[in-house]
Amino acid sequence: MKNTIKQAFHSSKFVTGFVIFMFVLVTIFVYPLIVTRDPLEMVGQGNFFKPGTYVAVSDVVGTNSNYRLNVDTSAAKLETGLSVENRAMMADWLEKYGEVPASDIDVTDAESLVALWNEKYDPKTVIKGMTIAVRNQYMRLNNQIQHALKDSGVIIAEKNEETGELEEAKSYDGREFVNQGDLPNTQTFLLGTDNFGRDVLTELVAATKVSLGVGIIAGVIATIIGLILGLLAGYVGGFVDNLITFITNLFTVIPSFVLLILISYSVSESARGTTMVGILIGITAWPWTTRSVRSQVISLRNRDHVNLSKLSGHSMMRIVFTDILPYIASYVVMAFILQISSGILAEAQLSMLGLGPSTTTTATLGLMMNWATQYSAHTSGTWWAYFPVILVIALISFSLNLMNTGLDQIFNPQLRD
Amino acid sequence: MKGFRKYYGQKILWYLITLVFAVVLNFVLPRLMPGDPVSAIVSNQASGITDATAVEKMYQEYTEKFGIDKPLYQQFFAWIGNAVKGDFGVSFSQYPRTVSDIISNSAMWTICLQLPAIIVGWLLGNILGAVAAYMKGLWDKAILPVFLFVSNIPAFGMATILLFIFAIRMHVLPSSGAYGFDLIPSASWTFVKSILVHYQLPFWSIVLITIGGQAVGMRSMSIYELNADYVKYSRFLGIKDGKIVKYVFRNAMLPQITGLALSLGTMMGGALVAEIMFSYPGLGSTLLSAVTGRDYPLLSACTLIITIMVLVANLLVELVYGVIDPRVKANQQD
Repeated sequence: MKNTIKQAFHSSKFVTGFVIFMFVLVTIFVYPLIVTRDPLEMVGQGNFFKPGTYVAVSDVVGTNSNYRLNVDTSAAKLETGLSVENRAMMADWLEKYGEVPASDIDVTDAESLVALWNEKYDPKTVIKGMTIAVRNQYMRLNNQIQHALKDSGVIIAEKNEETGELEEAKSYDGREFVNQGDLPNTQTFLLGTDNFGRDVLTELVAATKVSLGVGIIAGVIATIIGLILGLLAGYVGGFVDNLITFITNLFTVIPSFVLLILISYSVSESARGTTMVGILIGITAWPWTTRSVRSQVISLRNRDHVNLSKLSGHSMMRIVFTDILPYIASYVVMAFILQISSGILAEAQLSMLGLGPSTTTTATLGLMMNWATQYSAHTSGTWWAYFPVILVIALISFSLNLMNTGLDQIFNPQLRD
Repeated sequence: MKGFRKYYGQKILWYLITLVFAVVLNFVLPRLMPGDPVSAIVSNQASGITDATAVEKMYQEYTEKFGIDKPLYQQFFAWIGNAVKGDFGVSFSQYPRTVSDIISNSAMWTICLQLPAIIVGWLLGNILGAVAAYMKGLWDKAILPVFLFVSNIPAFGMATILLFIFAIRMHVLPSSGAYGFDLIPSASWTFVKSILVHYQLPFWSIVLITIGGQAVGMRSMSIYELNADYVKYSRFLGIKDGKIVKYVFRNAMLPQITGLALSLGTMMGGALVAEIMFSYPGLGSTLLSAVTGRDYPLLSACTLIITIMVLVANLLVELVYGVIDPRVKANQQD
């Protein structure tokens, strides 16, 4: 046993898979220790915040005497304040009367546009052929720009409870700033927020844990059923073998996906928790394990050491446990690993169809995808709501498959390169 | 010729038995669950209706329709009798339309999408696997692992990735549907072009995730065959490399065909979910609308038609296998 494990770690594929899987596993358990908030807490009001750091609006304009403001600088004000029409007008004037070549004018860069404007435009010059109305229009535009450039500051007013009038509480100069580090209430969403305003990263970690749990439940159940049926079919043989093989072949051809849909639809929604979904996936996923266990047992059945045990009058149980199980353990482990990965995938697909766990207390990878799809994150380009989920599913599945291939190469020397 | 007929006869018989079981399961599974399906359906349908007599009337209507008061086997034969005639009842969620109308429409889209996609993915995968086994180097160390990772992305994941890149960011391909929303199905060139354009993303997302898995299988089979005695003997005899490679790949292909048959069901399941991402009007989207609309007749007809499609595809693969595999051929000639 010890040697087998040692051997496994000599396979580069197994090690790669193992490292990825461990990384996921460690993250699942360490992350909640650092970020302790409820993964389903709706941190942000409103949905699909881009990844980044956010400041609570109520803190920016606090209600106490200590006001904090994130004031726009004049440049930012110009950037947002100048409408597209105004910019077009400015560009038009500069090109026609300011003798600036069109290639030098960039309407998307407000700052340089205004600088160019201030340099060329003089309200006093009279241009021939220009009507007064147009001339006034340009003057109004100029006033607007000059006004925007002035830092007028901001006045904060409070409503008087008794009279209902607004009273000035404090005024701020446009050049007053607050250090970002001093802001009391900032939220950093490394992966943004989802449609409910939940932090995707925290949710994702919690969901991975639950999905992995579903996969393991499914894997354990499928492996146990598959192991028992495979042992019975392979060891007992005869009619039992024929019957089990028939049923197994039947269920490998009838897609387990279809069975899963039918059963999940029939289970009442209140009973369909994450554990239940794991169990359902497990009871539809056993045929693969049964097949591989059966063929392994058949090749072992007539080995000398098994025959010797039979001759010594050992009971069937003892023969199975001491002479057969240890030899097929590696195959069972490999089948178990694959079952986990396909279990996670099955949960995700089931949830996409709306037949996943019906729960509001936990998230699963499938449910996250389902929510993102229902709120059409995939067509609105909010990639952070679903790409991380897809990546986690792919990483887990990839790492488990790599571990499986690595083990396969150790136990089947023919496959080694 | 006798053995030939026997082989096919056995295969077809076995698939017929499987079909019977599949149909029985399709009927029994939802009815095995505790609770009265009619009351469940009525309570779902009647939510919002406050008139008690109307609910009562609905209940009676559905009891009659489903024949709930009759024993299970009678219900089964009544259901089977209707199903054979192609009558799956009327859809709850898309009311006046019959289930068979909806299904026949969406099944066509699904077949036209998935059949070519899976075959192309399988072929490309086999070519990649064979090339990786024979050429080694870059193919084996870089390209194959990339496809291997890609094959671990779930089908719906691949769909969203392609959707994001090509439809949302680059705006080169449409993001949803099977044809332009402003078009009416007709035999015109614009309609065909629209179908082809809408076809690309769903098609390639299925192809891309199929390649990796098939390539790995093909690679190990090819390596196994390349080390076989007959290859060494052929080399010793001085047979040209090209010819040996042909033998090798032909032999390595055989298990791949069986592998295709065995994994068809899983592949289809994944691809059906991928359809949802594109709102492709196939069985996947129909399944979703059946689930969200609590449309039981539609759901059970969907699952039945999917099962039948997988069974037929499996049978076809096995029949093809009988023609290709020399061992089966030898048996046929006895």
